[in-house]
Formats: sequence, C-alpha cells, structure tokens
Amino acid sequence: MRILVVEDDRDVASFVVKGLKEAGHAVEHTDNGRDGLFMAASENFDAIILDRMLPGGIDGLRLLETLRAQDNVTPVLFLSALGQVDDRVKGLKAGGDDYLTKPFAFAELLARVEALTRRGKAEGPTTRLAVGDLEMDLLSRSVRRGAQKIELQPREFRLLEYLMRHAGQVVTRTMLLEGVWDYHFDPQTNVIDVHISRLRQKIDKPFDQPLLHTVRNAGYMLRVEEP
Amino acid sequence: MSHRAQMAGTDGAAGEPRRLRPFIRSAGVRFAVAYALVFGVSAFILAFSIWYSTLGLLQHQVEAEVRADEFGLLEHEGMGGLGALSVAIANRMADAANVNAIYLLVDPTGRPVVGNLDSWPRGLTGVQEWYELPVQRQGVASVALMRATMFPDGSRLLVGRDVQARSELRLILRDALIWAFGIMVALGAFGALLIRSLFRRIIQDVAETTRAIARGELSRRVPVSGVGDEFDELAVVINDMLERLGRLMDGVRQVSNAIAHDLRTPVARARARLEDAALHAHTPETMSAAIERAISDLDGITGIFEALLRISEIEAGSRRAAFAAVDLAPMLHDMDELYAVVAEERGLKLDSSIHGPLPVIGDRQLVQQAVANLLDNALKFSPMNGVIRFQAQRHEQVVEIVVADRGPGIPENERARATERFYRGEAARHTQGSGLGLSLVAAVAQLHGGTLYLGDNHAPDEPNTGLRAVLVLPANVPPPKFVASSLPRRG
Repeated sequence: MRILVVEDDRDVASFVVKGLKEAGHAVEHTDNGRDGLFMAASENFDAIILDRMLPGGIDGLRLLETLRAQDNVTPVLFLSALGQVDDRVKGLKAGGDDYLTKPFAFAELLARVEALTRRGKAEGPTTRLAVGDLEMDLLSRSVRRGAQKIELQPREFRLLEYLMRHAGQVVTRTMLLEGVWDYHFDPQTNVIDVHISRLRQKIDKPFDQPLLHTVRNAGYMLRVEEP
Repeated sequence: MSHRAQMAGTDGAAGEPRRLRPFIRSAGVRFAVAYALVFGVSAFILAFSIWYSTLGLLQHQVEAEVRADEFGLLEHEGMGGLGALSVAIANRMADAANVNAIYLLVDPTGRPVVGNLDSWPRGLTGVQEWYELPVQRQGVASVALMRATMFPDGSRLLVGRDVQARSELRLILRDALIWAFGIMVALGAFGALLIRSLFRRIIQDVAETTRAIARGELSRRVPVSGVGDEFDELAVVINDMLERLGRLMDGVRQVSNAIAHDLRTPVARARARLEDAALHAHTPETMSAAIERAISDLDGITGIFEALLRISEIEAGSRRAAFAAVDLAPMLHDMDELYAVVAEERGLKLDSSIHGPLPVIGDRQLVQQAVANLLDNALKFSPMNGVIRFQAQRHEQVVEIVVADRGPGIPENERARATERFYRGEAARHTQGSGLGLSLVAAVAQLHGGTLYLGDNHAPDEPNTGLRAVLVLPANVPPPKFVASSLPRRG
C-alpha cells in the first residue's frame, strides 16, 4: 500500500515511517501542511496519516477539508495530541475516517491504517463472509464451520462479523470496543479478552486448525495459518 | 470626532474641578455631604415651623383681644352714644391691667377726643382692617396692631395693642433660631465627618484583607465586630467567599500534589526498569521484556492523564453542548451483556434487572463510562462467588442506576472523600487503579444534574455488606401533572 505521512515531529515521523515500511508499505513523508496538501491532491495514496497541528499555515483540519472539497476520498487517519472529545468530533466532522490520540502504540496505528484501506475497498453489500472453512451468512445470521453449525449470541455474532470483515488483519482491543460495543474509552476490566476467549471456545476449540489468533502486544487476527 | 470632543471636554474641565474631583469621588465624602444636607434641611424646616407657629399664635391672641375690646366699646356706644363710649375708654385706660391697650377716639375733624395715642396714625385709612404701624404713645415711639371703626357722624374709634414686646420677641427668636441652625449645621458636618471615617474604616478592613490575600496571606479574614449589623453581614459574606476559594485552592493543590506523586511513582518505576536493563540485561530477551514493561508503565501514566483531562472536561461543563435525549436502557443491556461474561469468568454473578425505557437528556457515552467505572470497581472488589447487583429503573422524575457488590465497601467516614481525585480508600490501597474512577462518576452525575450516592449494601441473608453505588439522573419526562389521581400519597 502507498501511505502518506504528514507529521512535523521528526521522531514520531521516522518511527512511523520505519514501522510502516517494515510492515511492507510504501511510505511518503512530509513535515508541513502545504506540501502534504500538494502531495495528497496530486498523487494516489491508499491512506493518509495526518497530524492535526502542522507548521506552514495549513493545519491538518484545513488540509483535509480542502482535500474533501476536491472530492478526494482517500482514507485519512488523524494522529493528534489533541485528545478531547470535541477534538475527535471536529476531526471526524472534517472528513477524517479515524482518530488516534498521541501517545499511541504503533501496533494500534498499523492495525487502524490497514483497517481503513480495507474499508475503502470492500464497501459493497456482502451477504456472505468466509475465512478458511468458517462461513458466515449475514442474511440468515447463521455461522457454520465445515459441516458443523455454530450457535452464537447476537453480540458474539457481531464480534465474529467484525473479525471476519477484517480477516488477515490485526484487530486491536480498542477497535473491537469501538466497532462492536461502541465504547470510546478503555475499561479497566479486560472485557474484550473474555469475550474473545468465549468466541474461541465456540469456533476453534472443537476443530483442529485454530483461526482466531492472538497477536502479542497488539490484538487479534482471524486467518488461516499457512502450513 | 467624538474622541476630539472628549479631549476638548477634559481640557475645558481643567483647573479647579480637577482638584475637586478626587474629593467628590470619595464615597465617604458623598455620604457625608448627603447626611449634612438632609440634617440641615430638616433643621431649617424645624426652625421655620417654630418661628411661624410661635409668632402666628401671638398674632392671633392679640387680634382676638382687640376684637373683644372693640366689641365691648361698641356696645357702650350703642347704649349711651359717644359720651358713654368716651367714659368707657377712659375707664379702660385707667385699668392697670391694660398697659398695652391702645385707644383713640377722634371727632369728625380728626381731633382726638379721648385716647392714649398722640395722633391718628399716618397710613391707617381703611376701616375694619388690621394695621401694624409705628405710633407715638405719649411721646414714646412704639409699634401697634390696630383697627378702626367709623361712626355715622364721622367720628372714628381706633382700638389696638402695643406689640413692641412681640417685635422684640421676634428678634430674639430669630437670633435664637439662627444660632440653633448654625449649631445644627455644625453638628451635621461633624456627623458627616464621623460617618465618613466610619465608612472608611469598614472599607479599609475589607481593602486591607483583600490586599493581604493578594499578597499571599490566604488565611486573612475581614474582622467581624460582632454587632451583627450590615457591615458584619458583608464581612461574613466576604469571609465565606474567601473560605470557599481557599477550599478550592486547597483542592487544586491536593490534585497537583497527587499528580506529582501518582505520576512520579510509575515514572520512577519505568525509569528504574530501563536503567536496570541498560546496566544488567545480558540477553536481548530480558532487555526487550524490560522495555515492554516500561512502555506499559508509560501507558499507565497516559491513562491517568486522560482520566484527569476527561474529568476536568466534564466538570467544566463543555460537554453539555452535546446533550441529547437518549434512552439508556439499550446501552445498559449491552453493558450487562459485556460484563456478565467477565463476571462469570471470575466466578462472580452479575444479577441484572434493567427496566426500560430510561429516558434522560445527556451524553450517552459519558453515562456509559460512568457505569463502566462502577462495574469495574464492583468486579475488582468482589470476593469469590460474590453477587453483583446491577439495576436500572425509572422512579417518576429520576432514572436510578444501582451497582451493588459484596466487597469491602467504603466506610462511612471515607465516603465523602471517595469521589475526590486520587483518593484511595484503605481497602483499595493495595489494588490496582488510579483513584479517579469514582471522581469521574461523580462528575458525570453532576454534569447531568444528578447525584452519586454511596451507601452500604445490606442484605438480610448475607453477613457481608458491600458498596451500593446509586447513580441518580433526572429523567426526561414531562413534569408531573397534579391531578388528584397522581398526587403523592400523604401521611
């Protein structure tokens, strides 16, 4: 994927760029809003990571507003030290697709950026999801693995649906909290781990090959392990 | 242009008014002048009324006497003609009681017949009218109040009284009143000065106190005289305000101390880990383990910052702009589902009863976070096999969300402080947590115009009491209509 990073903090930028490159992405970086706007408008990117506060007269919000005014729909993830609820709302209203507050874990950033680009592509109406031999029918709301039907609670169904829509990608706890439970804060209790382990009992335990993997220090991933 | 006009105005006002202005600007002087004015005017009115009533009374008395005298004499004339009248006048003049009486009978040519005036006074021309004129009385000049009567033959009778003494009295009275007025004005001025100094003293008390506080002597208070007057009232009000400000500042100081301490600990821990790793880690594995733990310590610090920011954001009330009418019931059902599994995992039971609809005007996310904090606490403090009750229902005008556990609870004397930032009860001292959870719940309650109640969780069949936290929020329902059937039962 081609990713544009607009970030003026040198350390944060080099850390992000390095990480994204290691994850196999092509990365362009600029440290001011003017160049950022120029590059975003003139080249094709799969995603833009955008700082809110930028030097050079054009801050992140204005950059994005200008971009959206030109009908450019490249997914944008805000990366900002402005972490109050109002700031987040402003960022999303300006056309941002996601908002991550500094300080952040790189795994969280990577997972969210990858999720964004996926969302950009697969937004068509799907009725059926499949990962390996695990299948989900969104119309009849039924799940089966191989020949066996699996009974899920409504919330477990939504959890699995989220994981399947992001199959092959790391999904963090925060993403699950936001995407499945509409929680926008971190509860002190490890609620997600408990629910994941429940789900695992149902979809993995009775079968040979596990599909739901824990990614250390990051989150979870649903995928078929290549032998 | 108006600016120039203003300039000209101030220039014009140069000189004396400028010197006077600071004096007039003194509120004390203004009060004093007003006092002196009121005092002076009332003194003036008093003096004038004394003047008029005293002299008026005397005048009336004299007039009545003269009238009676004249009437008597005319009766004599009616019975015995002018001759009898002359005799009567002579008799009266001889009576020593009437030293001030004045009589004069003149014949039609104007020649005196009988009387004690040397001649008919000049200027007395009318009949049956009052005159006050200078007269010659046996060669002595005097002033008399008199009236005249004309008889058919042209003779005229004059009856009057010498009012020289009264005129003198008037003079004396006038002098006395002028003196009295002068003394009153002096007293008024003195009183005004007294008021001014009193005023200044009280203002000075307040001014000195506030000045001292501005200098940093925060414990200073306005002295209260104990008389219980308005100035005492003012002093008490000001002292109350200072007290409240002091408490707020203490709070801020406490929080900053707590921040310094609560953040210093994890910072110190992270630092120690990194330093230890730098010095002693011999394998890459121990090194990266140390770094990872330091990162999680730093995340903990970020968490504390976020919680603090959130609380102050809530307390500032800016979130109220995002309030909307919401039903909390679906959200609470979701939370029940989310936490029931966790409780089960830990060998606990979440006993829920959520009765919707639960309409409120508020911020769904904030209520969600508040309830999550209560549930987190309940999970954290519950003993094995404990039951956590999670209830929500509407009672008329309020929505009540209850989270009750079987943990150690919060002792009565700690409850008031339990919602303070960074406060950690005895029982919580050795558990994980920032001491911000209940602060946030209380702040959310307050933002919604509700309250957080902390109490004992009594149950008949259980020996343990735990904590019963009740989040009460105003319900979004029309105010009660007072028809007979819905009236609250009395007695």
